[in-house]
Amino acid sequence: MDYLSSREEFTALQERLCSDYNADIPTIIIPAGTCGQASGASDLVRTAQREIIRRKLQDKLHLRVTGCHGFCQMEPSVLIEPAGTFYPRVDITGMKRIIDALVRQEVVEDLLFVDEETGQRIARQDDIPFYRHQSRLLLSQNEKIDPLDVYDYLRIGGYFAFVRLLADMEPRQVIEEVKDSELRGRGGAGFPTGMKWEFLSGAADGKGKYIVCNADEGDPGAYMDRSLLEGNPHSIIEGMLIGAYATGADQGVMYVRTEYPLAIKHLNNALKQSRALGLLGGNILGSGFSFDISLVKGAGAFVCGEETALMRSIEGRMGEPCQRPPFPVQKGIHGKPTLINNVETWANIPVVLRDGAQEYRKTGRMNTGTKIFSLVGKIKNTGLVEVPMGTPVREIIYDIGGGQSGKAGIKAVQTGGPSGGCIPAGMFDIPISYESLAQAGSIMGSGGMIVMDGNTCMIDVAKYFMNFLKDESCGKCFACRKGTQRMFELLDDIASGRGTLNHLKILEELALILKDVAMCGLGQTAPNPVLSTLKYFREEYLEHIEHKRCPAGVCKGLISFTISELCTGCGACVKACPEQAITGEKKQRHVIDQDRCSRCGACKSICKFEAVEIH
Amino acid sequence: MAVDTKKVDEIIAGYEKSEESLLAILQDFQREFNYVPEEGMEKLSELFGVPASKIYAMGTFYKALSLEPTGRHTCKVCTGTACHLKGASNVVDVIGRQLKIRPGETTKDMRFTLQTVNCVGACALAPVVVVDDKDYYEGASPQNILKNLKNYK
Repeated sequence: MDYLSSREEFTALQERLCSDYNADIPTIIIPAGTCGQASGASDLVRTAQREIIRRKLQDKLHLRVTGCHGFCQMEPSVLIEPAGTFYPRVDITGMKRIIDALVRQEVVEDLLFVDEETGQRIARQDDIPFYRHQSRLLLSQNEKIDPLDVYDYLRIGGYFAFVRLLADMEPRQVIEEVKDSELRGRGGAGFPTGMKWEFLSGAADGKGKYIVCNADEGDPGAYMDRSLLEGNPHSIIEGMLIGAYATGADQGVMYVRTEYPLAIKHLNNALKQSRALGLLGGNILGSGFSFDISLVKGAGAFVCGEETALMRSIEGRMGEPCQRPPFPVQKGIHGKPTLINNVETWANIPVVLRDGAQEYRKTGRMNTGTKIFSLVGKIKNTGLVEVPMGTPVREIIYDIGGGQSGKAGIKAVQTGGPSGGCIPAGMFDIPISYESLAQAGSIMGSGGMIVMDGNTCMIDVAKYFMNFLKDESCGKCFACRKGTQRMFELLDDIASGRGTLNHLKILEELALILKDVAMCGLGQTAPNPVLSTLKYFREEYLEHIEHKRCPAGVCKGLISFTISELCTGCGACVKACPEQAITGEKKQRHVIDQDRCSRCGACKSICKFEAVEIH
Repeated sequence: MAVDTKKVDEIIAGYEKSEESLLAILQDFQREFNYVPEEGMEKLSELFGVPASKIYAMGTFYKALSLEPTGRHTCKVCTGTACHLKGASNVVDVIGRQLKIRPGETTKDMRFTLQTVNCVGACALAPVVVVDDKDYYEGASPQNILKNLKNYK
């Protein structure tokens, strides 16, 4: 790799990469992020490589292994450039047939995506409803680049925004541009990014200012940051370079959670390549500007996503939050001024500077830009979706997500993870913005969007989050340590049939106190899942308390399974039962031994005759 | 269980002697030995001049660090929200009962350690079980997961 020592050398390299690239040669694109690999993308990659070599197609076909494209439900999938053909759930034989067809310049009709609504086959990715209704400002780059190859990123214009402003813009102007874009933090709270930068820029001059990329994506059910880190690591490095130039920081840190081994691998590789090219390090492109980034691995603590805890973890200590003020920008890592932004925020920066604030502002209503959500749970099309701010929740769930996955209708959607709340189906017309979600009792959060249907018990959901939070509470402040524990116990009582109306009263009282007195964000937002379910699903709580019934059939202490006369005696449930609790003669109605039954529901999910009933 | 003190020294030697390296060193111990050995923590305390209690506190604070030796295979059941909704708790229960351990524990024969993990970020595959940090089992259920675990000796 050539070391670039000037802007001219950079421009020459970028021009050469563009002119050398022949976009007309068909390219097989295989997304192989964590979920792609888990569902078999690596086998497809090997098959494609072998076929290309065996049939000597190196000059006629290109192969590109990329990060995640978002439609996780359909993985392992294959995308063909330049035609834009999309093949879902491809197996090895399918891969070979696709290559065959490509050579003949044809499409494998029977492997194409089928639109369930119309029954029609759809060839092009952009025409599939899941993609058609999105605005993939950031995610669309993932399919264009091999995340392990910096040249791919350079070819699509990567680092251009940074190099241009390095020569033509004053740091002050860069900050103005970011402020002008009205970009707000994508990590949860939505603080205006430009303002944060201005604070750091104004902090005492002199050596030693830090900027940090918070990649401790801890919200369960949210993984958009993982896909950006894995699929486009250089965009985050470029964002941080721009941030460093604008604010005068000279050291950067990426704090990545250890549960993302592939992201860590790709980031380390990207950092190495950028250094080799001279885009990171001392005197970048001969401009006199120096900046480097180190990577710190988290160690599985949710609270480390909180900025003061994160800084202590970077210092190599136990990740306990501290009182604010002083804010990180006054006194951060090792006492130096520090700026912390989330992964998705950093990934937006190059786009803002490339297109200009004015252009950037054109996307989105109420707030600017796009937001990536991870749409998961009881939804047909699971995956990552990127939509303009202001898009109604309904559009995301029905037009993009395709609606419910099972027979039970959608009841609510949970946003913002353990700090967020539930939005009931009746309110799905609200637009996605920081303000409207807060008004509904939830938060934007980092972008988890978990869909719940009639088979989801809201008390179980509240209990789940409280269990999570009581485990993750660091224990430093009493209110959070005891408050989350006690709230969990109250919810557990209700879910087990020991609840009284007094439980609800105490629960509400505790929730409001914790909101007021907890020291850090974890504790202050911990009551949200309880408060929002109490607000919108109070009847479910009352049903558990007054009638000792769980309407969704989830809370194990309140349900029992029996087998009705619909049973044909096929024996499938006998085999499925992990407790050996089901007995019965062949072709005779079976019986469940209630003492042995652990209420796991395995029999119900396997029964084809709907003979297993929940009471 | 005695650990190779040479290996401990080797790992420590790879880092700058400052408090900042502590977490990274403990993570290296975990990867090398499958747990954080007492010998290692004592050595760090001695060399870095940090109270042993502080290092021990870190060992208990971070979920990715274990102070007990873990088994030959780690079985991580994802209990993220999407996995939870799709029945991850039943998967944890059934594995636990089969192996006669609770989450966080190791079987007597050191074959398996059962862990729950907050979210592995593969929600489309829910419920997910990850064995040895490399084998991902999607759509895990009480029925199929026990069959899959049989392959790990």
